[in-house]
Amino acid sequence: MAKQLIKGNEAIVKGAILAGCRYYFGYPITPASEIAEAAAFYLPLVGGTFLQAESEVASINMLYGAASGGIRAMTASSSPGISLKQEGISYAAGAELPMVIVDIMRGGPGLGNIGPAQADYNQIVKGGGHGGYKLIVLAPNCAQEMCDLTMLAFELADKYRNPAVILADGFVGQMMEPVEFPEPVKKLPEKPWAIKADSDDENRLISSIDLELEKLEQHNLELFKKYADIEANHVKYENYLLDDAEIVLIGYGVVSRVLQTVVDELRQRDIKIGMLRPISLWPFPKKQIAELAKRVKEFFVVELSAGQMVDDVRLAVNGKIPVHFYSRMGGVVPSPEEIIEQLMKLNEAN
Amino acid sequence: MAKALIKADSFYEIYERKDGIKDVTHYCPGCGHGVLHKLIAEALDDFGIREKSILISPVGCSVFAYYYFRLGNIQAAHGRAPAVATGIKRVHPESVVISYQGDGDLAAIGGNNILQAANRGENITVFFVNNAIYGMTGGQMAPTTLIGQKTTTTPYGRNVVNEGYPVRVCELLATLDAPVYIERVALTDAKNTSKVRRAVRKALQNQIDNKGFSLVEVLSACPSNWKMTPVQAKQWVEDNLIKQFPLGVYKDLTDQIKPKKAEKQVFSVDGLKEKLNIPMEEEKYSTSVKEAKEFRNMKLKIAGFGGQGILLLGLGMAQAAMQAGYNVSWLPSYGPEMRGGTANCHVNISKERIGSPLVSKPTVVIAMNLPSMEKFQSEIEPGGLLLYDTSLITQKPVRDDIKVLGIPATQIADNLGNTRIANMVIMGAFIAYTSVLDKQAVINALPFFIKRKNLIPLNEKAIVEGMNYVLSSN
Ligand SMILES: Cc1ncc(C[n+]2csc(CCOP(=O)(O)OP(=O)(O)O)c2C)c(N)n1
Ligand code: SF4
Repeated sequence: MAKQLIKGNEAIVKGAILAGCRYYFGYPITPASEIAEAAAFYLPLVGGTFLQAESEVASINMLYGAASGGIRAMTASSSPGISLKQEGISYAAGAELPMVIVDIMRGGPGLGNIGPAQADYNQIVKGGGHGGYKLIVLAPNCAQEMCDLTMLAFELADKYRNPAVILADGFVGQMMEPVEFPEPVKKLPEKPWAIKADSDDENRLISSIDLELEKLEQHNLELFKKYADIEANHVKYENYLLDDAEIVLIGYGVVSRVLQTVVDELRQRDIKIGMLRPISLWPFPKKQIAELAKRVKEFFVVELSAGQMVDDVRLAVNGKIPVHFYSRMGGVVPSPEEIIEQLMKLNEAN
Repeated sequence: MAKALIKADSFYEIYERKDGIKDVTHYCPGCGHGVLHKLIAEALDDFGIREKSILISPVGCSVFAYYYFRLGNIQAAHGRAPAVATGIKRVHPESVVISYQGDGDLAAIGGNNILQAANRGENITVFFVNNAIYGMTGGQMAPTTLIGQKTTTTPYGRNVVNEGYPVRVCELLATLDAPVYIERVALTDAKNTSKVRRAVRKALQNQIDNKGFSLVEVLSACPSNWKMTPVQAKQWVEDNLIKQFPLGVYKDLTDQIKPKKAEKQVFSVDGLKEKLNIPMEEEKYSTSVKEAKEFRNMKLKIAGFGGQGILLLGLGMAQAAMQAGYNVSWLPSYGPEMRGGTANCHVNISKERIGSPLVSKPTVVIAMNLPSMEKFQSEIEPGGLLLYDTSLITQKPVRDDIKVLGIPATQIADNLGNTRIANMVIMGAFIAYTSVLDKQAVINALPFFIKRKNLIPLNEKAIVEGMNYVLSSN
């Protein structure tokens, strides 16, 4: 199959449509607007619906309504817009509605700027909405994965009746790279629970409310059983030159691209260094990190935030070996040279 | 506890409720919600549309409307029922979607959602219960609370200086073009109640006929929170609520509107890739040229003024290199940065897997204006290349540990009759100098990044001129 040079943001939309998504509800925001624009362009051509909502609050609730109908649907936004969606995301998690939400993270807090950032990790991975729930969170680092992971997000969302999130940064969204698009999904899964406007509807209810305390507790227990299943089966990560590595870099999204360059350069200097890249941020590759902690000397985590994912790394490592941390914020992406300098400083201190 | 309802078929046989009481509603005696439910259910029965109807339950006392209605039920977040209704209606256009909302839900927290759903002319039916108070949360002020009315959050009475005036929803929405039918009715005596019955039916019929957005506001008693008996409460609606919220039809285009066609989407993958403009066959081209060692794993920074086609130049290189079998990445400057009048992009061209798409230590800098040259020449790797437009940059580069290639690109472009193809002159110079790509590779790529076909020959000419300049000066 031929390759197409394409923006990450646009690859998401094509991937979504190949995955059978025919509905998009969104509100413009940089650096995610190309997703809405591409959806507005392509969906009508394939018999789908694009609707620009009055706000992110409206768009997540339109998505809630559409997902109730059993079809594949999505929304996308960037950090401030994702904040507005949180109540709706919590409702969707509670009502167990499959949907795909894309967050092209930008600098914050507040209005911040449109540079790439990773400071929404806690909001998305730890449940930015109320009530304690889990989202399936996938973090692409190239245009190809913007397509592939979007398709996977739809599949997992349907399989588990759970919202799934593509968590990317402004650079992965804005950059163009070759993408090989896979074949379209031919048959979508049956959804007997969905509202279909037919005679069985009287037995169907999409809701997240339950006033009976024990029943709601039971619902929570069932949700967490489902989450355990996802954790057991859908951890995704990439190992880069880890076989003989003594120092392991950890980063996701655009950071992992910078870290690859760091590894490539330091390998030329015969330094035994490698990288672990979490692809699923939830479920998090904590077992893999714990295993590595038994045989490598130290971890070095880099994030575009003051340190969010690093907490999960530290939990997995559980104090066994040092976990170092370096970050840039506000839309700044560290250069490979800058990270190498940090690593050299550490080396001197040791 | 309310009386048992005479069961409509559109109600469930038994109401699955928390307290195990199976045949009475959870509404207080004298509450308007139960009566309105019944009028709606009877209409669904009579129209024979129960099975294809979908009810959106709001947050408010009617959050449990789904206990009663025997049909597809969706419970929505506070105020968002019109958005949820929009979503499901778009998926099932043949269904009948009802958004059932209280005054806090519709006129306060969900104010914009109802406004915009009405303005889009969503083909849904909205039943809006105005009881001038927040029922569910125990009697706080609503946007429709009357001036002077005491509630738990206006203990001294609603004061317009602090809280403003009661919101008249029908009057507001009637100013919009899209809504088809908007009426305010009241659940008081038999005469008014029969008007409610008629309005409910009309609002549903409009949706069945695909005519568009209908809203019925129902003035309704909340004896519990008004601290009145059901009889007093009904009288209070008559004496006070109706004064502030006059009954009547505020908009009715029912007879003028042509029904819209409701088209159900069919899921199809036929010809999907074509529609998505996904190339089917590989553009096979293997370049015969060998790039010099220092240009392997090339990292480029290209910069200049907005309007010089900087981003396009980078894109063209990436496209041509991809088709010639390289790994590539292209990262533009984006957003407000571009408004300052400068543009730059980062391009990687490599036989190996590309790491950072962000180029911090370029092996090649292409500068098409002076600020760009000043800004980026210091970053170039020793032995790297600075390619710049000498028609716009008269200053000489200061680095002496790099290769320097100056070309009067803008002047050459002007001679060809179009200043804007200076970028392609640069492209020609670049490939001639580095041998990363040959001419054919770039020509193959042109249709992918030059959208206007009639400009392709001119672009080709510019590339050739750029190449010739380099080859003749070597
Ligand atoms: C986001 C959010 N804010 C506040 C609430 C609390 N709340 C529940 S119902 C309600 C008011 C309902 O009043 P109204 O819409 O007038 O309906 P009624 O109960 O009078 O029928 C409020 C504020 C909530 N559930 N969600
Ligand atoms: S509190 Fe008011 S609105 Fe709610 S059920 Fe009772 S009477 Fe009806």
